[in-house]
Amino acid sequence: MKYTEGPEIRDAKAPSGPIEERWEKRKFSAKLVNPANKRKLNVIVVGTGLAGGSAAATLGELGYNVKSFCYQDSPRRAHSIAAQGGINAAKNYRGDGDSIYRLFYDTVKGGDFRARESNVYRLAQVSVNIIDQAVAQGVPFAREYGGLLDTRSFGGAQVSRTFYARGQTGQQLLLGAYQALERQVAAGTVTMHTRHEMLDVIVSDGRARGVIVRDMVTGEIERHLADAVVLATGGYGNVFFLSTNAKGCNTTAIWRAHERGAYFANPCYTQIHPTCIPVSGEYQSKLTLMSESLRNDGRVWVPLRKNDTRAPGDIPDDERDYYLERIYPAFGNLVPRDIASRAAKNVCDEGRGVGPGGLGVYLDFRDAINRLGRDAVEKKYGNLFEMYERITGENPYDVPMRIYPAVHYTMGGLWVDYDLQSTIPGLFVIGEANFSDHGANRLGASALMQGLADGYFVLPTTIGDYLAAGPFGEVDEAAIAEAELKVRNKIDRLLSVNGTRTPDSFHRELGKLMWDYCGMERTEESLRKALERIPELREEFWQNVKVTGTAEELNQVLERAGRVADFFDLAELMCLDALVRTESCGGHFRAESQDADGEALRDDENFAHVSAWEWGADGPILHKEPLEYEYVKMTQRSYK
Amino acid sequence: MNLTLKVWRQSGPSDKGRMVTYKVEDVSPDMSFLEMLDVLNERLILEGDDPIAFDHDCREGICGMCGMVINGVAHGEQRATTTCQLHMRHFEDGATITIEPWRAAPFPVVKDLVVDRSAFDRIIQAGGFVSVPAGSAPDAHSIPVRKEDADAAFDAATCIGCGACVAACPNGSASLFTAAKITHLSLLPQGQPERLSRAKAMVDQMDAEGFGGCTNTGECTAVCPKGIPLDAIARMNADYLKANAK
Ligand SMILES: Cc1cc2nc3c(=O)[nH]c(=O)nc-3n(C[C@H](O)[C@H](O)[C@H](O)COP(=O)(O)OP(=O)(O)OC[C@H]3O[C@@H](n4cnc5c(N)ncnc54)[C@H](O)[C@@H]3O)c2cc1C
Ligand code: SF4
Ligand code: FES
Repeated sequence: MKYTEGPEIRDAKAPSGPIEERWEKRKFSAKLVNPANKRKLNVIVVGTGLAGGSAAATLGELGYNVKSFCYQDSPRRAHSIAAQGGINAAKNYRGDGDSIYRLFYDTVKGGDFRARESNVYRLAQVSVNIIDQAVAQGVPFAREYGGLLDTRSFGGAQVSRTFYARGQTGQQLLLGAYQALERQVAAGTVTMHTRHEMLDVIVSDGRARGVIVRDMVTGEIERHLADAVVLATGGYGNVFFLSTNAKGCNTTAIWRAHERGAYFANPCYTQIHPTCIPVSGEYQSKLTLMSESLRNDGRVWVPLRKNDTRAPGDIPDDERDYYLERIYPAFGNLVPRDIASRAAKNVCDEGRGVGPGGLGVYLDFRDAINRLGRDAVEKKYGNLFEMYERITGENPYDVPMRIYPAVHYTMGGLWVDYDLQSTIPGLFVIGEANFSDHGANRLGASALMQGLADGYFVLPTTIGDYLAAGPFGEVDEAAIAEAELKVRNKIDRLLSVNGTRTPDSFHRELGKLMWDYCGMERTEESLRKALERIPELREEFWQNVKVTGTAEELNQVLERAGRVADFFDLAELMCLDALVRTESCGGHFRAESQDADGEALRDDENFAHVSAWEWGADGPILHKEPLEYEYVKMTQRSYK
Repeated sequence: MNLTLKVWRQSGPSDKGRMVTYKVEDVSPDMSFLEMLDVLNERLILEGDDPIAFDHDCREGICGMCGMVINGVAHGEQRATTTCQLHMRHFEDGATITIEPWRAAPFPVVKDLVVDRSAFDRIIQAGGFVSVPAGSAPDAHSIPVRKEDADAAFDAATCIGCGACVAACPNGSASLFTAAKITHLSLLPQGQPERLSRAKAMVDQMDAEGFGGCTNTGECTAVCPKGIPLDAIARMNADYLKANAK
């Protein structure tokens, strides 16, 4: 795939000065919108997860006129609902040495020095407000007997700063945001459009002015206009077909915005989560995560010997390899995700994996049960153990869990500046859909924090600065008509192929290809192969896909086909981005770039930048945004 | 395994609908119920038939999107389990399985097994929240909450809004769903100021949506994937009475 290089991005618009003061400074410099004018300003928020739900609710509270969209039948069902483990915040309620600065430091380091310092610092600052907000809404976080909030530790941190609600933290936080959102629906500030899929952004006079959506029940193509558009449409991990994401997670909204001019940053940064239930068969439709919190008490091991087929209980301790504790004595089982995942892959590649196909490692609670008692373990992890048993038919109180890494999260996403605004003026991007705060690797429990920071606190301030110049007047009819036509044409084209393969069969094949060639380990050779195969497969898709039914009805085959079509284009850009970035960093592991111990080796001289890709008719255009570290000294990460 | 499925097919709200029989072969016991339907749907697409429409998203029992009446029981016979968490190892080889949508007047069928549950959102709109605009909250530790209360509130808050309780209830009552939210918020100090007005508004909305009354049959809690207990309804009724007495 051909690409060219365009000018560097020199200014991401973060204020200068001491890092602790930057957000305060920005809040003060942001123009305010007069309360009476807010009602006249229309904002579209696509997505109702933690990011979109909290943003739409807050904008409604501020008095803007908001339209909110999601593809599910209720905003409460957004994929955020599935988050299990917890949410980080620098409350330092434990007095264990945590601070805003430490959360900032851990996140920059955890992200392998590929995130912006200014953004991350703000995230750490705002984190404390999120917990206050959630508690006030009635989010039932876990508490201790004294009535105060309980916390746990998570991968990549040595302090206990993760707040949680049993294994359902995402659910409880999302219900808080959802309830706030429904309160605004009742108040008339937010209009909710469920079962609507966004298919394009309307850009008029260089500003994002609306969206084209499809009513998924009637098939009607609708236009919705506004003064600003916010995308909060989540991550694109489903490009791999098998991932821990909900089945409907897609790249369509951000990809189509990308085609309209929004830069796509670091598409190759994907997170492979170390603790998922292994694949059990060809028909597998998704993978299930076992929360990382399990690594607090579970110990990860494989047999010392290759091809050891004994039952786990028959393998004595001295014939077990607790490899994370052995290789990383300082962090042990709590090393960051990318490191834990690759270590699992390595022991399986050595032939020491367990379970079907040797693609699994044990996560063992024997010692925790002996130490704390079965009851205590059940209290902490009961629902996770149950989930595991339901899926595998095995009881983890008696036999160790089998786990294997799976695609989980995408750090890449649409490029945004400090204000969370994309390269299309008036198009803001929040939550997992943007690329902003996690660099090349996200720490556990930090996605919920970022989504809610963006939605409750950051965006509502920064979007005001933009909207203060509005309302922006009439939207160019030609721009609307063109976007509408583009959407219709794509749908018609999908329906007219009438080939012999289902959208899912293409999606599976694309996913397998991405996992093999652009997954946990990437090489120049594998990426070149992928870049050769993807266009061929896409070509076959457009010649041979079969979509039944019509456009004027609820048509789930058509919905899937549209999403797969966009995944093809995204997959190609991911592989290109991975090919161009010849270093290893965080979740992006290029086999050519490792140190003597097999750890990821960064190349700061050549790659301390964000890769922001502009869509071009003749191939993508790469813009580099240099990253500078004034506070955290760039070092090779070490968790030993 | 080989199975015979009898599935409700209905092309849209105005179609009368009917049961259609399908054979599925070579089903693996490790498949989930929805994966078994995926396999059937892939075949239907290739045969040029309209695949069976059903709602689903997370496929891990938390989003509340899935829901089918399987062999006459909402979410199937396995207790405390959503449809997406049901695995084929719980069915016998050669079995016949009937699959129908939730049936309740306030949940009209959209297509096949897909129904419209927006009435639940409107019940929440009526009062299922604490009024606290972003940025106005005091420090999280300013109000300690007894662990027992926090845990009990959490138990009620685990409702996923699937609607199985309504589908199972002979009266089509939404009491368990509504009571779960009322219980969650009324057990916490943060929920006290709006406690009675919330109960009144939500119950009134539930009635306005056309859900039936509760006659304590307990069918709801029997199918509830999250095991929301019946005593939540007693709590709701008590608050509702108090609110009306005011
Ligand atoms: C199993 C699992 C467990 C996790 N656990 C944790 C955890 O413990 N801690 C943590 O910090 N993070 C966790 N994460 C990550 C975290 O949950 C997500 O990154 C985060 O919830 C994303 O939130 P979001 O608001 O950006 O997007 P989402 O919650 O994905 O919401 C996307 C929204 O966009 C809508 N949408 C998407 N496309 C369209 C379209 N084309 N048109 C209209 N609407 C559209 C959807 O309807 C939905 O409302 C977990 C992730 C998974 C998969
Ligand atoms: S109370 Fe139970 S059955 Fe009813 S909606 Fe909630 S989770 Fe579903
Ligand atoms: S698909 Fe989410 S609960 Fe079943």
